[in-house]
Amino acid sequence: MSHGGGAGRRGGGGATPAAGRGADGAAPAAGASGDRVKEAVAAAWSEEWGRVVAAVIALTGDWDLAEECAQDAFERALERWPGDGVPRSPGAWLTTTARNRALDRLRRAANEAVKLRQAARLAPEPAVSPPAVHEDGDDAVPDDRLRLIFTCCHPALPLPAQVALTLRSLTGLTTAEIARAFLVPEKTMAQRLTRAKNKIRHAAIPFRVPRREVLPERTAAVLAVLYLLFNAGYAPGAAGPDQRRVTGEAIRLARLLARLMPAEPEAAGLLALMLLHDARSAARTDRAGDLVPLEDQDRTLWDRARIAEGVEILDRALARRRPGPYQVQAAIAACHADAPGPQETDWKQIALLYGELARRAPSPVVELNRAVAVAMDEGPACGLALVEALAAAGELAGYHLLPATRADLLRRLGDRAPAAAAYREALELAPTEAERRFLARRLAEVEGPGTDGRAGEGAEEGTAGEGTAGEDRTAERS
Amino acid sequence: MKYLLLICSEGQGFDASPEEMDAQPWVDEMTARGVRLTGSRTRDAEDATTVRVRDGALLTTDGPYAETKEQMAGFDIIECADLDEAIEVASKHPVARHGMIEVRPFWTE
Repeated sequence: MSHGGGAGRRGGGGATPAAGRGADGAAPAAGASGDRVKEAVAAAWSEEWGRVVAAVIALTGDWDLAEECAQDAFERALERWPGDGVPRSPGAWLTTTARNRALDRLRRAANEAVKLRQAARLAPEPAVSPPAVHEDGDDAVPDDRLRLIFTCCHPALPLPAQVALTLRSLTGLTTAEIARAFLVPEKTMAQRLTRAKNKIRHAAIPFRVPRREVLPERTAAVLAVLYLLFNAGYAPGAAGPDQRRVTGEAIRLARLLARLMPAEPEAAGLLALMLLHDARSAARTDRAGDLVPLEDQDRTLWDRARIAEGVEILDRALARRRPGPYQVQAAIAACHADAPGPQETDWKQIALLYGELARRAPSPVVELNRAVAVAMDEGPACGLALVEALAAAGELAGYHLLPATRADLLRRLGDRAPAAAAYREALELAPTEAERRFLARRLAEVEGPGTDGRAGEGAEEGTAGEGTAGEDRTAERS
Repeated sequence: MKYLLLICSEGQGFDASPEEMDAQPWVDEMTARGVRLTGSRTRDAEDATTVRVRDGALLTTDGPYAETKEQMAGFDIIECADLDEAIEVASKHPVARHGMIEVRPFWTE
């Protein structure tokens, strides 16, 4: 589709006012007020991008046009707000501006088509066809963004495309920023997005919330994508500023989804899980960027307000009495967050919750985490028996957290030589530098002269390098 | 929107009874609904012939163009509002429970 001439304001695509780029075209405004306008536009970019894009897709069904018109609307805001003042509802202003722009461009394209036909002396169209308005009269859909989330996470799209499209359409991250976060060349990411949008058009993937019969599985797919986004900036050793931003956007999207789907306790469960994990982020790595195991973390660094919010959201979700894997994982995270220290942690409860999680979403990684909790509750020997059974089953072959956990339990039992052998095995398999450094330190400890393994240490997050990494991977699979 | 449904079985050795594999109720339902335009069962891959023309020369080979475990057992052409409806229609085909259905959108400009 040709989008007509444009008003000559098209900057380089992907300029983000939020990052202070692409603001060159803005009318120069007097110092402080100009800054305030830029801040307002930047805030709106984060908060409203998805709403604006969703509104234009709902109106036109054209994803590329939606992105371009959203971009236009923000550039327009940079021009107009310094003189006119920041509107009371920036989201509504931006949405209206983008929709008008889209209609203008479609009208112009339609007129050109008519002129072409006339020039070719073909019978003129009976009327200029209005833009396809996708009103399917579905009153159960209160917000275009919910339709957008479900469409981005449609199972007919490959998972990496679902992830990229969700970020691009709903969060305002540019293609370049998304590419950096997932460590692929920008061109690759741009192709991935283009292919996804092509498939939506070619296969007629609908822009809507799925019907009731398939809603549970489609919701699970959306939750999985959001959790994967969260983990982009949370995986041990992987978190640079680009990844941290993706994690922040994941929390924002989970918040939005929980609000848009108030009847779905798993959406609230996912939000609670993210908040409870994120609350510990300041304590998870030391100054060198090395992983700090849970029991060694400085709990005064944990964000208490975030924990309180996460626990409150979780309690309200659990009160609906429809538990699911995210609520159970959030409950496990809440057990840790509630405890003043590793000794005071309710490991019995955590072991039970892992049992519950294994029942709902069976996975050897969950079993491994349960073994760690059992070791803390009943002693390392009990945990080790479970770990050995898992090793014998062979399902976790090649997974570094299996030998790492074995090593830790052996260390706590005082079996230093077998512990060292298991640490070496884990070192071979560990995927990140931070995890290798952690394991190398532990190996040096058990090989060193005379130091006992400190009893009662090396719990869940610690042993496993990061117990939550296990949880993360489980959720990605489920 | 038109879609081609490729009805794929996983070779021989179905556990399914002939009644379970009978697509006629599905054909009747989807035709009555106005969704199914046409379609047919096809003969097995061993009855297939593959035709190529290279440098003007006709090359005829026996069998399907690709040897896979999954064999096309038939096809249907359906007309649906969107992919979600096409998926719903495909999911009701009896072969979906034992083999698989590939849903291909028609090329439109």
